Amino acid sequence: MSGLSRRGLLKTGVAAGVLGLSGMPLRAQTRGGKFTAGLSGANTSDSWDGRTHSDVFMIAAALGGVFDALTEVAADGSLQGELAESWEASADAKTWTFNLRQGVTFHNGKAFGADDVIESLQLHVAEGSKSAAQPLVAAITEMKKITEHQVQFTLEAGNADFPYLMSDYHLLMYPAGQIEEAIAKGIGTGLYEAVAFDPGVRFVGRRVASHYKGDSAGFFEEVELIAINDNTARMNALMTGQVDAINRIDFKAEALLRANPRVRLQEVTGNQHYTFPMLTQTAPFDDVNVRRALKYGINRQEMVDKILLGHGKVGNDSPIGPANQYYNADMEQLAYDPDKAKFYLQQAGMDSINIDLSASNAAFEGAVDAAQLYQAAAAPSGININVVQEPADGYWSNVWLKKPFCASYWTGRATEDWMFSSAYEAGVPWNDSQWDNARFQELLYAARAELDSDKRREQYYEMQQILRDDGGVIIPMFANFVQAVGSRIATPDVIGNTAQMDNNRMLERWSLA
Amino acid sequence: MGSVLKIILQRLALGILTLLIVSVVIFGAVNLLPGDFAESILGQGATPEAVASIRRDLGLDQPLITRYFDWLGGVVQGDLGTSFAQANFASFTGTTSGATTVAAQIAPRFANTMFLAAVTAVIAVPFAIILGVLAALYRNSVFDRAANIFTLTSISSPEFFLAYILILFLAVLNPIFPSLSNIYSGMAFSERLEKSMLPALVLTLVVTAHMMRMTRAAIINLLASPYIEMARLKGLSPMRVIVRHALPNALAPIINVIAINLAYLITGVVVVEVVFVYPGIGQLFVDSVKIRDIPVVQACCLIFAAAYILLNLTADIMSILSNPRMRHPK
Repeated sequence: MSGLSRRGLLKTGVAAGVLGLSGMPLRAQTRGGKFTAGLSGANTSDSWDGRTHSDVFMIAAALGGVFDALTEVAADGSLQGELAESWEASADAKTWTFNLRQGVTFHNGKAFGADDVIESLQLHVAEGSKSAAQPLVAAITEMKKITEHQVQFTLEAGNADFPYLMSDYHLLMYPAGQIEEAIAKGIGTGLYEAVAFDPGVRFVGRRVASHYKGDSAGFFEEVELIAINDNTARMNALMTGQVDAINRIDFKAEALLRANPRVRLQEVTGNQHYTFPMLTQTAPFDDVNVRRALKYGINRQEMVDKILLGHGKVGNDSPIGPANQYYNADMEQLAYDPDKAKFYLQQAGMDSINIDLSASNAAFEGAVDAAQLYQAAAAPSGININVVQEPADGYWSNVWLKKPFCASYWTGRATEDWMFSSAYEAGVPWNDSQWDNARFQELLYAARAELDSDKRREQYYEMQQILRDDGGVIIPMFANFVQAVGSRIATPDVIGNTAQMDNNRMLERWSLA
Repeated sequence: MGSVLKIILQRLALGILTLLIVSVVIFGAVNLLPGDFAESILGQGATPEAVASIRRDLGLDQPLITRYFDWLGGVVQGDLGTSFAQANFASFTGTTSGATTVAAQIAPRFANTMFLAAVTAVIAVPFAIILGVLAALYRNSVFDRAANIFTLTSISSPEFFLAYILILFLAVLNPIFPSLSNIYSGMAFSERLEKSMLPALVLTLVVTAHMMRMTRAAIINLLASPYIEMARLKGLSPMRVIVRHALPNALAPIINVIAINLAYLITGVVVVEVVFVYPGIGQLFVDSVKIRDIPVVQACCLIFAAAYILLNLTADIMSILSNPRMRHPK
């Protein structure tokens, strides 16, 4: 089990995924004690309904806390079973059979089985459901209970990533027939039982005495998450030792944190990226030469240095990042080149061009500054960018997907197909560049059902190149996840990089030092 | 005494009218803000269908006037409505679980804010009055000037700045008090008190200047009166002259100022609560404005306005009672 890479897993695991929970070998970890984290991203509208989860506070409280999903992405990126023990696919990757873990009980004593899986997933496609995971579940045409501990899913089209999708934080497992109660009280199969939950204020959990994950996870006796949305208050709480960990470090205060011997910074580069999408069906962005001019007219390194203060890496106009399996790290990097930008502008038949760029810090912290840097960098090539500062409120409804050129962000997705089909597949609602490329589309469908890892890599590499050369989204930078941990707490050597706070799994993976 | 009752009733009626106007202004203002609950809760993932579906569920697709009178009708009957944040969650499951009403959501937060206000008042009011009396007693001395400079500086600084200064000196450099005031129900009183101490001290700094300066000014004003001169000529000590003879007659303006400052302790705590992560009504207010949870915002504003009106009324009554001449206005 140990040392099995994500790639190797797909090779062998897809055909006959037999995965235990042993995961990576763990050092002897201290058990017991209390862990307190101060997290941003809490709301008075928070609840135990996984369909509404969108930020770290509830995701961390639910996944790795009170609830479980079928599968789990380990810190090293490999996929392991959580409530599912193993899975296998038909040759066309259309039919998936999941073998569920036996002897698992919910916090209220109910035994976990196939009905719970089916009913929990159906929540997301229920009439009037506002689930963000709706497209994931809608792709399942049939869910069949084979035995009490075996479920078969039939997909509308082959999808080699299906087990990965089942690790999504929205897809929590609730007890069938008691879902309303489970959502109201927080009844799951997770490591910690909900003791207190006050939306937008705090969550307290107590370790379940005997849990199927046994000694390999969930090392604290008690865990508390405190909602601290204010940056300074969060940092103060950590500096004065009132909490053991905080998320979203304000880069400007980094030096202060580094000076404190009782605190250490944790930084991982994942898939979170900041973007400038342009509507490619609208002039002048329908001309690929204009898009290329804009790609060469931006100074990516400057943005990483000034907007992220170095906490990130330059982007290459492809949303696939280091936390993805088929990340094309060797693809030639787009560099700032005013002459090339001017050349492509002339190819488009123009000497200069005037463009409005809509930005607001709702898109990402520093988006307006980034737009102004872009303006300054592009000017020598004859690209006159007019920065339009938009109100943060209603930005996602009124500006994004509507204004021809704006600022945006994506936290990234665990798999290539998921990312592409969220924002780059022709016709999907969040295709924020309205981009439609025939070859890309063809590769997307082919790679989705491709079980041969080498072929898949070739396909995904080509797709990343197409995006770089033809795509309508400028991705200047990948932003690191930066968090800080107090010296009381021990963290594993490898920290997850698909999301903040060890892939939101700190309650499960961290322990007292 | 009958005239006092009449004044109270008159003022209460006016107060209710004020609340009504406040509610119209707030309702209009919140609706003028760009974005609504559906858009803010869905964020980047807002599809037109989901937005429409949430708006339909919450009645946000109704005209503004209809929504206002629906809400007003409920309030008149003592029903503050349902919090959007919680209603939205309930509509997912098709149940209405316990904590969905605005009243249920606000009650514990309001109790927390009242607790903080009480702690602050217990510290600030005696502190300010004693400081004021002493400043009057030793007026124009070094002490008087120092007290003035100190209180004026603290009232002139933004609250968050005072908060950070206190955190720096009392939590970071000398860990005496916690910088995080995350109190919760079931916490022991002593722990609650300890956790609330820093925000209470910040609020004390903010409200002291006003009360202290008014005490000082009112007393000094009286010191020129003939009866004070008489007291002095009798050979009373300066302290006794001020505390026994001047202070009772200076009470009316002092009480007025105290009342206004107490109202501020309830309505002005927003920033302090956010900085210290104190789960009071101010933080709930900020969270609710952020997601455009109109019923909660409205209810918070009504509570703020009512606190002002009631405390002002109390101040007036107290000054009337302390000054018989005001009972018979000509």
